[in-house]
Amino acid sequence: MIRPDAPTLLEITNLHAQIDDQPILHGVNLTIRAGEIHALMGRNGSGKSTLSKILAGHPAYTVTAGSVRFEGEDLLALSPEERARRGVFLGFQYPVEIPGVSNLEFLRVATNARRQQMGEEELDTFSFEDLVRERLGVVQMDPAFLDRSVNEGFSGGEKKRNEILQMALLTPQVAILDETDSGLDIDALRIVAGGVCQLAGPNNATLLITHYQRLLDAITPDFVHVMAAGRILRTGGKELALELEQRGYDWVDEDLAALQATAPVETR
Amino acid sequence: MPTLSPLPHTLQAPLGQDWLRSLLEACPGAVAAAATADPLQAERSAARLVLRNSGLPGRRQEAWRFTNLAPLLALAPQPLAPPADQQPSLPPPATQTFRLDLADHDAIASSSWPEGIERVDGPDLEGVLGRVLTDTGANGDWAVTLNSAIAPGVLALRIRGAVRPCLELVSQAGPRAGVLPLRLLLLLEEGAALTLLQVHQATGPSLTSVVMEIALGRDARLQHALVARGADDSALLAVTAVRQAPGSHYAHASLCSGWGLARQEPVILQSDGQASTRLRGLHWLEGQQISDTHSRVRFGGPEGTLDQLHKVVADGESRSVFNGCVQVPRQAQRTAAAQLSRGLLLSERARIDTKPELEIVADDVRCTHGATISRLREEQLFYLRSRGIAAGQASRLLLRGFCEEVRAELPDAAGVWTPLSFLHPEVRRP
Repeated sequence: MIRPDAPTLLEITNLHAQIDDQPILHGVNLTIRAGEIHALMGRNGSGKSTLSKILAGHPAYTVTAGSVRFEGEDLLALSPEERARRGVFLGFQYPVEIPGVSNLEFLRVATNARRQQMGEEELDTFSFEDLVRERLGVVQMDPAFLDRSVNEGFSGGEKKRNEILQMALLTPQVAILDETDSGLDIDALRIVAGGVCQLAGPNNATLLITHYQRLLDAITPDFVHVMAAGRILRTGGKELALELEQRGYDWVDEDLAALQATAPVETR
Repeated sequence: MPTLSPLPHTLQAPLGQDWLRSLLEACPGAVAAAATADPLQAERSAARLVLRNSGLPGRRQEAWRFTNLAPLLALAPQPLAPPADQQPSLPPPATQTFRLDLADHDAIASSSWPEGIERVDGPDLEGVLGRVLTDTGANGDWAVTLNSAIAPGVLALRIRGAVRPCLELVSQAGPRAGVLPLRLLLLLEEGAALTLLQVHQATGPSLTSVVMEIALGRDARLQHALVARGADDSALLAVTAVRQAPGSHYAHASLCSGWGLARQEPVILQSDGQASTRLRGLHWLEGQQISDTHSRVRFGGPEGTLDQLHKVVADGESRSVFNGCVQVPRQAQRTAAAQLSRGLLLSERARIDTKPELEIVADDVRCTHGATISRLREEQLFYLRSRGIAAGQASRLLLRGFCEEVRAELPDAAGVWTPLSFLHPEVRRP
């Protein structure tokens, strides 16, 4: 839902970043307001996942220029845990398995960290179980997964459901979902997309990173951005995704070549 | 005419010889009255003879290459003094647990054993004592020789049928100084089943020396847990020798922490194969502690299985040694053995040496081994932090997760000993 008067949640300006001295982002600009759903598309290696990890504070990446403001504050100055507590959520493309740590306990500790930040009361084990059982419905997840170790031995689809369950518990202001649709069959995709739609509201925003139109059939984006060589090349409405689906990424290469002729960027 | 030069007078006695001799003098042997035959007599005499003329095993012996026993020399070469009144109290046993204090000879003598457990002594004992040590080859181990030379007696138990309560055998050296030798023998008859929890604790300058022989009859099942917690100036030498008949199942889970020096030697023989063995070990090391596990599993016949996992967390300047030997001779066709050792280094100066040692002659077998040594995984830490969990708490959760895999295999009765007490209280389970 686009409302020009909605408050800006996330403002990325001229973001440059690198990993191991390898520049990856070359000036990303993106503004996300409350109530909006954005889709970020692009080929593998275009910098989509890097952008998502930088927003979440992954320590392996270094920001070399530019800024990111979240609700007016300097997001880059915050630790990953601070960002999460304030309401930035990254749904991982490859959720990490943590043997020996129960999913239920993990969810409770994370939820309480966020609640504390929001000035809400921490939940004891019993109240938390009530809450989590209710939220399981969002992704139609089997309660048996609560008693297992975090993501350990989960199928691809179960891992992604677990990500959306975390999102449902943490109620973020900005949710960045990195290829949440990858590895999902049609049914799982429908359930996961349904969960995302349920959680999207007028006061939060969603950034979907995806390769495929099929996720956008289930979640209608307000904006579609196409990324290449570490920057956003084009921005449009949902029709831009359809165009990509039909024409492929070849024209992106043409755009990029034209751009590089005028303003060369450092490429890999 | 050339002459042989005499040995130089300055040739030094082996390291620890004086200490060993003092210990032998202070531990004359049997406590039993002369009227009853001493079943350990022959073994003891032989062991004393060996020790009197030797020192501590050193770097030249492959089995002790990485483990310096010199800290033993700082201990008083004498039996552990009798308990003082302010002996640390033991936690009350869990329900359905039969506890026995191994140092309490009166209690052992007068104990009324649970159904299915009986003491073995007299001629019965002579026929079986030491047999498993010989069959498994553990009788040549230095830790066994030391124990044989100084152990005053043996607690031997026969198990029949499925014993309901968990048998808990406890030694508590507490703050006392000296050496505590313990010798145990467990015979599980055909089809017998038992849960055994072995607990050794020390808080002072002492050596706990344990030798346990276990014979599993056909289709017998033993769930054997070992919780050992020491202090920087205490040492543990624990040998567990197990002989398994076909159809038997032996599961061993051990959790060891706090000892300045801890050496464990599980030695298992599947005498005719067709048995299953499951080994789980976790060692938690800090400061300058040394822990050494030398395991050996031999398949004496076909179709045996082994599932072994050895884990270690090493912080400070600690040192961990793991040597996992698996022997699959020609007759052990269709053996399935898996061994994995996983080390977690928490400090730049800690050190982990790990070595699988597979001796496979049979050609139709499935034997795997693997070893990993790593730090806490950056991706796991980031995942937890990205959910609002602070870095410190995230590390502690991951550490507990690492330990949990082994702790989960301890019987419920182990809970009263808070086996993960070394973890930060914040992540300790109630």
